[in-house]
Amino acid sequence: MITKRIIPCLDVKEGRVVKGIQFLGLQDAGDPVELAQMYDDQGADELVFLDISASHEGRKTMVEVVKKAASVLSIPFTVGGGINTVDDMRTILRSGADKVSVNTAAVLRPKLIAEGAAYFGNQCIVLAIDAKYDPEFGGYRVYTHGGRKPTELDAVDWAKQAVALGAGEILLTSMDKDGEKSGFHLELTRAVSEAVTVPVIASGGAGNKEDFAPVFTEGKADAALAASIFHYKETSVQEVKSRLREQGVHVR
Amino acid sequence: MIGIIDYGMGNLFSVNNALNRLGAETVISGDPKVLASCDGLILPGVGAFPDAMAELRKQELDVFLKDYIISGKPLLGICLGMQLLFESSDEHGYSTGLGFLKGHIAKFPGIDRDGKLYKVPHMGWNKLQFQQEHPLLAGLEEDYVYFVHSYYAEVEQRSELLATAAYDVEVPGIVGLGNVMGMQFHPEKSGQMGKALLQNYIKLAEEKERLIQ
Repeated sequence: MITKRIIPCLDVKEGRVVKGIQFLGLQDAGDPVELAQMYDDQGADELVFLDISASHEGRKTMVEVVKKAASVLSIPFTVGGGINTVDDMRTILRSGADKVSVNTAAVLRPKLIAEGAAYFGNQCIVLAIDAKYDPEFGGYRVYTHGGRKPTELDAVDWAKQAVALGAGEILLTSMDKDGEKSGFHLELTRAVSEAVTVPVIASGGAGNKEDFAPVFTEGKADAALAASIFHYKETSVQEVKSRLREQGVHVR
Repeated sequence: MIGIIDYGMGNLFSVNNALNRLGAETVISGDPKVLASCDGLILPGVGAFPDAMAELRKQELDVFLKDYIISGKPLLGICLGMQLLFESSDEHGYSTGLGFLKGHIAKFPGIDRDGKLYKVPHMGWNKLQFQQEHPLLAGLEEDYVYFVHSYYAEVEQRSELLATAAYDVEVPGIVGLGNVMGMQFHPEKSGQMGKALLQNYIKLAEEKERLIQ
């Protein structure tokens, strides 16, 4: 059977990996290509690069990072951040990325998902959702613009709609959990995973190696993404995987 | 020299990179003259089956490939490239393929015999189970490789199944008939196992071993 995937994420700003807490305050965490190579060697199943550069220059730097990463990596990787058009997708995929993830641009214009899927295939299009629990809203509200702008979309409904449009995978970040290191959001992950027919990557909240098994067993995730615990070497991909094996979760 | 067939579909860059890292000389081309001079060819592909066949036909590469395989030199289809080697596909309605291997490309139903839903695409790392000995598998042990696909090959001849992976259905991972071979997963994205498989293919091509059908 297919294994559960462990995916380190690299937030890249102007060509450097950074890590922030709840979308605020950034710390330098190293060179993206070097880190990517290290994760590949550690047995990471995939990688995600998230470009959080605000400038045009930063975006061009990202294309160079993608090209370099593609020439050294032997595992697939996804690139997200600042992808607004089919042309942006083409630039990144042509540079060697395997998938692109879209977030704000897809909320503003859902047809982007369908266009991307038609050109490059569903498997290349990942929908990233940033969601936060909102009791007044009556569920998980979707946020755009790096978690700054609330929308009127419900995360589960939006995931279903995106899959109907052609998204091949959902990258689901719990804003409640992100940066908190208290474990993944099991309820949100499960709600989305059970609602869609494509794989779901759970993100936000990984604090140590014990946090991974629950997101697969209770959260029904297909993959789990983490950033800071790997960057700051609090644990490694190998350690996470050997713990998962002990707990009976099928990993590579 | 390994030729990577450029017909406007797929991520040629990754396959090319992986081969170069293994020390193979490569050329990316859609020109039959260039491709005919290679020791082995790779037919990559990402996208939809009918679009890919239309591109191959437009560049008359379908005709070229028919002649090429008679030479006995190896051809390796990867992902959609493997599916194109078969007779037909259901993707976006029925359409015909190259027909070098007997079988049909069908979509994962997404629902098992007990009525339980499962995820499509079949995406991620799955373990290859070897079905028979073959030069592509020489010296290798069963290991995980990276798959991403929503359609799979219903292979008619069991003898052409070299390795499979277990999903809801038995997924043909590696197929082969003589010098025509295919891998459903992405060896260029499959870590050490992928490298080893590509290395075996390079060896097959460079040793000019003739695998006549």
